[in-house]
Amino acid sequence: MRAHEIYPNGGPRIGVYVCHCGFNIAGKVNVREVVEFAKTLPFVVVAREYKFMCSDPGQEMIREDVREHRLDRVVVAACSPSLHEATFRRALEQAGQNPFFFQMVNIREHVSWVTEDPREATEKAKALVAAAVRRVIFHEPLQRRRVPVKDRVLVVGGGIAGIHAALTLADAGKHVYLVEREPTIGGHMAMFDKTFPTLDCAACILTPKMSQVAAHPNITLWTYSEVIQVEGFVGNFRVRVRRKPRYVIEELCVGCLQCIDACVYKDARFPDEFNLGLGKRKPIYIPFPQATPRVVLIDPETCIWFKTGKCKQTCLEACERAAIDFKQQERIEEIEVGAIILATGFKTFDARRIPEYGYGKYPNVYTALEVERLVNASGPTGGEVRLRDGRIPKRVGIIHCVGSRDERFNRYCSRVCCMYSLKLAHLIKERTGAEVYNFYIDMRTPGKGYEEFYDRLLQEGVHFIRGRVAEVTDWAITPDEEGKLIIRVEDTLVGAVRRIPVDMVVLAVGLEPQPDADEVRRMFNISCSKEGFFLERHPKLAPVSTFTDGIFLAGACQGPKDIPDSVAQAGAAAAEALALIDKGFVELEPNTAYIVEALCSGCKTCIGLCPYNAISFDEARMIAVINEALCKGCGTCVAACPSGAARQHLFEDAQIFQEIEGVLAYV
Amino acid sequence: MSYLYFPGCSLKGTGRAYEESLLAVFRALGIPLAELADWNCCGATAYMSIDERQAFALAARNLALAEAQGASDNGAIQLIAPCSACYLVLLKAQRHLMTDTAFRQEMSGVLPGNMGDPGQIRIRHPLDVLVHDVGLQEIARHVRQPLRGLKVASYYGCQIVRPFALFDRPHDPSTMDDLVRTLGAEPVDWPLKTHCCGGSLTGTMPEVGLRLNYLLLREAQRRGADLIITVCPLCQFNLEAYQDFIRRRYPDLAPMPVLFFTQLIGMAMGLPPRELGLQRLLIPVEGRMAALSKEGAHARA
Amino acid sequence: MSERPVAGDKGFEPRIVAFFCNWCTYTAADLAGTARMAYAPNVRIIRLMCSGRLDPQFVLAAFRHGADGVLIGGCHPGDCHYQEGNYKALRRYLLLKRLLREMGIEEERLRLVWISASEGDRVQKVANEFTETIRRLGPLRLAPRPGMIRLPAAAQPEPQPAAREGVLP
Repeated sequence: MRAHEIYPNGGPRIGVYVCHCGFNIAGKVNVREVVEFAKTLPFVVVAREYKFMCSDPGQEMIREDVREHRLDRVVVAACSPSLHEATFRRALEQAGQNPFFFQMVNIREHVSWVTEDPREATEKAKALVAAAVRRVIFHEPLQRRRVPVKDRVLVVGGGIAGIHAALTLADAGKHVYLVEREPTIGGHMAMFDKTFPTLDCAACILTPKMSQVAAHPNITLWTYSEVIQVEGFVGNFRVRVRRKPRYVIEELCVGCLQCIDACVYKDARFPDEFNLGLGKRKPIYIPFPQATPRVVLIDPETCIWFKTGKCKQTCLEACERAAIDFKQQERIEEIEVGAIILATGFKTFDARRIPEYGYGKYPNVYTALEVERLVNASGPTGGEVRLRDGRIPKRVGIIHCVGSRDERFNRYCSRVCCMYSLKLAHLIKERTGAEVYNFYIDMRTPGKGYEEFYDRLLQEGVHFIRGRVAEVTDWAITPDEEGKLIIRVEDTLVGAVRRIPVDMVVLAVGLEPQPDADEVRRMFNISCSKEGFFLERHPKLAPVSTFTDGIFLAGACQGPKDIPDSVAQAGAAAAEALALIDKGFVELEPNTAYIVEALCSGCKTCIGLCPYNAISFDEARMIAVINEALCKGCGTCVAACPSGAARQHLFEDAQIFQEIEGVLAYV
Repeated sequence: MSYLYFPGCSLKGTGRAYEESLLAVFRALGIPLAELADWNCCGATAYMSIDERQAFALAARNLALAEAQGASDNGAIQLIAPCSACYLVLLKAQRHLMTDTAFRQEMSGVLPGNMGDPGQIRIRHPLDVLVHDVGLQEIARHVRQPLRGLKVASYYGCQIVRPFALFDRPHDPSTMDDLVRTLGAEPVDWPLKTHCCGGSLTGTMPEVGLRLNYLLLREAQRRGADLIITVCPLCQFNLEAYQDFIRRRYPDLAPMPVLFFTQLIGMAMGLPPRELGLQRLLIPVEGRMAALSKEGAHARA
Repeated sequence: MSERPVAGDKGFEPRIVAFFCNWCTYTAADLAGTARMAYAPNVRIIRLMCSGRLDPQFVLAAFRHGADGVLIGGCHPGDCHYQEGNYKALRRYLLLKRLLREMGIEEERLRLVWISASEGDRVQKVANEFTETIRRLGPLRLAPRPGMIRLPAAAQPEPQPAAREGVLP
């Protein structure tokens, strides 16, 4: 029986549109042939091709045909539905047709770009078009669900990206929860002394923003806190945040720091995390003088009271505000937000993974981040570049691309290392007068004022040796190498192996995803790219969105980024979040499940399967009932229903069966 | 577990002491080694640079023989190749067979065995087998004369950890250091363990080759090594045989014994020196050992 | 059933239907496209929101209508966009394999893979491998069913529920 035999009254009127996408599709698929083929399919009233269907004339073509030919079904064979499904649905709507009488065929990503042979590509495109035509016959008119949006935003991560996003939103009058894992906001930027290429002081531009955050009436700042659970969906996320105990009551502490002076440990003796172990702190401490909030905390790992239960608790006595509370417990806060911005940042590459560079073996091999602390005026040496033994280095080697552009570790370029190496070279030379050698593969200095900065360093007499360093060793051959670290490198411009003796080696470590990026990704239900950074929805057109609506990305959690780019992206993420919550509602894809009551046998199979508890049992009628507001449209219950009572809009059994038959056979 | 043993040309020639000590140690540990019957040149030396296909074919024949001879043990045939060059070429050929189907088909037509799955042969270095299969604990159990006070520089050369880093880190290997500690001796922190021994340059460009050897020997000497152990017949030969020549040019070099690592194991296990081929050493080790045991006796007294 | 499109004279070309979940595997297939990773054209992808939506009947229907192999793609365990749909798919898959065996269909003709959104290269690898597997197995020969209906009555559109507005066909 032919399909049209089922519709004696003429049946649906289908329009098929095949896109060239310039040469992207037409270069491989014989578009004309696909169009001619589409014309032979049942119920197809009109079939056309166009260079760019998504363009305005392309959409107008569809709108005109819908009106003129009274089309009630449209199939567009073009790119992935993730790109332009929304575009064409809108076109249908504009032409007065229900937007869900539409099916998209992915003949670019799934055909022309992945098929070598043009013949085979064309045949595959035809099969997919046939399937879509058969499927769309069974489409139904649907309405999008409108759901109100909570007007609060959660920002996760209080580095420069999170700070900027939070302030942007707060200034626009939205309430922001800013959650930071560390005891203070500021992130990596707070550790830097100067920023490239302008050499303006990092603290001078960052700390005012930090105190703005602390003082802003629209920002709830939770430091030393972590998001532990995320539920819900765009516009209506329910988030649980764990606030770790600082053993200091945040509301009472005024940051006078008298407790630190009073600690029974007279000297700071524990490695200080903020200074990467280059400095010392006490068990009760503040990470750095400009820490925000300016609230001390007690580290139970080193505090003698927590370790032994015996201590005179001199800190407690010293606090006039009685802010110290040894019995403080962690607190769980629950909040509801409409949008979430992830700005969880990065970690630096662990230089120990490259043993030939001697980090951890030779004390005078440093990571760049450690040197950032050494050159910092408020760092452990007060800004003096001194080696661990107190000497001032006379010769310094900076090794680029440590952990970056290296097949063994990360293939990608970390983008910031060339520039921060230049900055460190400048600062070290300025502070010590040392000879500074940069060992690079390629200098990458694209950016406003970046190339000029490189030029300036060349003028300053910093040395540049092109070649990937083979090893850092204490193996001296000549007397002047004795007692020094020798950098062995093939100078590819000279064409010879060189040995450069230095006093200090700086490893320009690359940027990597946070070690728990994968757990965070799962919690927020987003994806990671191959390297482990959070995946944006589209690399060009949706760079701060994710595949989960309502969750946006800012800063280096999405990929290595310098400060200007992080700030720009944070602004973009804030704007996206604003656009979402200012609209006041979201329209959800109407792909929810529903029960055909007459068919439901009341077996309850579906109820236990639903991960969202959206299905309940109506004891009176002895049938399952689906709460559409809770259903997210996975269709698991639909696949399990033994009587075919559970169904899913947009993914009806009948539609999928048609698609299966369609891809397997031309009608 | 049983092992097939591919000696290669060196272990029957200049590296005879390597074979002798290797067999003696395996015998003493109670691990049977069956020599691969009718083996041929591994395909190393100049072959690879002149005719790669022919070199691979030579190596492939050995793999085919192993497949035919080796009783499948846990699904894998274990083939021990002590010479670094053999070890590397066999691994390369195996990879070539696995990735180049045309070559595999060509070879299966002319070689014994059906070359069904070249990946089922596990090509092993004896250092890997001793440390990871036998285990340091088991070796420690067999140590009769711990080499207390002996300072040992371990030399890996270039071929067994690169490019196939199958059992140790390519740039900073440490398997031999662990082994040395097990034998009661003390490993020397010596950053040149994978640096070049000069290879064939000692013959073709002596000024370069000898300097490379000099740098290795001198650094071992400066770091207080009593001797060097190595895993490679060519490295052993280069480091040991040219010391007189080197001294003519660089007089600060003292004689430095260079042993195969298996000889050192045998010494610690108390095996007879002749079984370990110690008499073949050009720079004898006995003097040092005697001095050490005297010091040891003093210390004990 | 209509004639099989064959490019050139290459003998048996397997027909493969792939059910990919929207969030991971389908996106990975998009990525394979963006990265121009060519793979066997035999694989025809059908999008589901979740691998948990995969009704075993879809697989049986595919085989009945001439598929030589069926591929199911979902998110990695723990990564399901809907929390646990992929586990449901795994359960059904294991049962389905037993069923296929009893029906005389080689188990290898059905394969479940976990492919995340970033693993475009894995889509390429799996598509090629699976096509080769099926090529080796040869065409699936089910006994012909006389009187097979192309558009089964049950698959006709339901009457439109009155509550939903819209244009009727």
